Amino acid sequence: MNDLTPVQTQEAQTAAEACGRAPVGLLAELTHKCPLQCPYCSNPVELERANTELTTAEWQSVMRQAADLGVLQIHLSGGEPTARRDLEDIVQVASEVGLYTNLITAGVLLTKERLAKLKDLGLDHVQLSIQDVDDANAERISAYKGGLQKKRDVGRWVKELDMPLTVNAPLHRANIENLPNIIDFAVELGAGRIEVAHVQYYAWALKNRSALMPSRAQVIKTAHIVEEAKERLKGIMTFDFVVPDYYAKTPKPCMGGWGRGIMNVTPSGRVLPCHAAETLPGLEFDNVRDKTLREIWINGQAFQKYRGFEWMQDPCKTCPKREFDFGGCRCQAFAMTGDATNVDPACSLSPIHQDFVQIAEEASKQEAPAFVYRRMAPVKAKAPAEA
Amino acid sequence: MAETKPRTRTIVDASSVLRMPPHIKLRHEAGRGRWIILGPERVFEPDEPAVAVLKRCDGVRSVTDIVEELSKEYDAPAAEIQSDVIGMFQELADKGVVVAAT
Repeated sequence: MNDLTPVQTQEAQTAAEACGRAPVGLLAELTHKCPLQCPYCSNPVELERANTELTTAEWQSVMRQAADLGVLQIHLSGGEPTARRDLEDIVQVASEVGLYTNLITAGVLLTKERLAKLKDLGLDHVQLSIQDVDDANAERISAYKGGLQKKRDVGRWVKELDMPLTVNAPLHRANIENLPNIIDFAVELGAGRIEVAHVQYYAWALKNRSALMPSRAQVIKTAHIVEEAKERLKGIMTFDFVVPDYYAKTPKPCMGGWGRGIMNVTPSGRVLPCHAAETLPGLEFDNVRDKTLREIWINGQAFQKYRGFEWMQDPCKTCPKREFDFGGCRCQAFAMTGDATNVDPACSLSPIHQDFVQIAEEASKQEAPAFVYRRMAPVKAKAPAEA
Repeated sequence: MAETKPRTRTIVDASSVLRMPPHIKLRHEAGRGRWIILGPERVFEPDEPAVAVLKRCDGVRSVTDIVEELSKEYDAPAAEIQSDVIGMFQELADKGVVVAAT
């Protein structure tokens, strides 16, 4: 019986159909504030400041509009979403309008009381990130003291409150050898799901690529470890395995296709087709302060730009796989080739695929440089004088 | 650690009594004109038989009870449906969509 198929694997649709289709998920970056400084943070290098953030009422309006538009799941993220003192007010409205609410947190600012309150208000699920299961290494990666112990506490509270837990473990060369222990940790914590996510090299991670890039052999080993653990833990914990682009032969179907299923709202209300879209030139990002989510989703220039297949050039344009991978990632294509309409270099059909692979292989062989930690740029009182 | 005893896989048989945990939400989406299941960072689209089975999955009825009801409703021999229903429940249990009721 073919009972269940993930929505994300539906057959590809034309641009016109995609426009008429509601997004499944909305990633709400409530704030870029975060006590951790992980060098692979997916936030943009230019972090948005607290004084530009949407107000409580504005976020509540985003939740209502999202439900009206047909969004099913809301991912409350950051930065660290619990750094917003009004998280409860936002969760309450999201839950009232029927959105499935997912808190994506590093956990270190939470208390059990606050978590219990969030549950009472309707929070459906907690995704807890970990940096490593070795305390000292976790501190080195996040530049935050005592984080792992706090995460153990949060995991315990989540289970005591009988809430579902996902452990999110970004993998890179500074923790990759610990994968078996990371999986054990998630099982012991009571997680029903784990994301074993090779770091994706954008934003801060791109800045830190040499410090983070594992070798091909290490990556292949992780695939075997996950395969074995999946079978062994069937019915206990489910796995999501995010493979790294640099050692792939085919590109990932980035965002499930541009403007097809996901939208992202930044702390200041800018609506993006993906969280890295601000790195692309020629896109105009609408703000929820100026337009409705529906108007932005359907007609927004940034959403229309790479929706469907019209924008493609060869090899994507005539590729039978375009309906599955959508040509991969626009941001990576632009970062590596200077043209966002090129095929993602993760694809073996890209003319620069070999160079792309070589970047990774060489980086992984070098001694890892020091991390550039994710930090807010200092506020400049005035522009420095020209020399 | 939170777990005092190791968790085990739920093995579904005819006598199993299952339920959907509170964080799994089966609902009809008017806008999409279909049933969906919402779970942790997942949206599933159940087909008609899966919906018929899940609507009866209430933590009280056993797999056998559900098979009998479906057998009457769809006028199909229970013996024929049973293995399909058990197979479906096993798959759902492995995905965390249903759990043992006790």
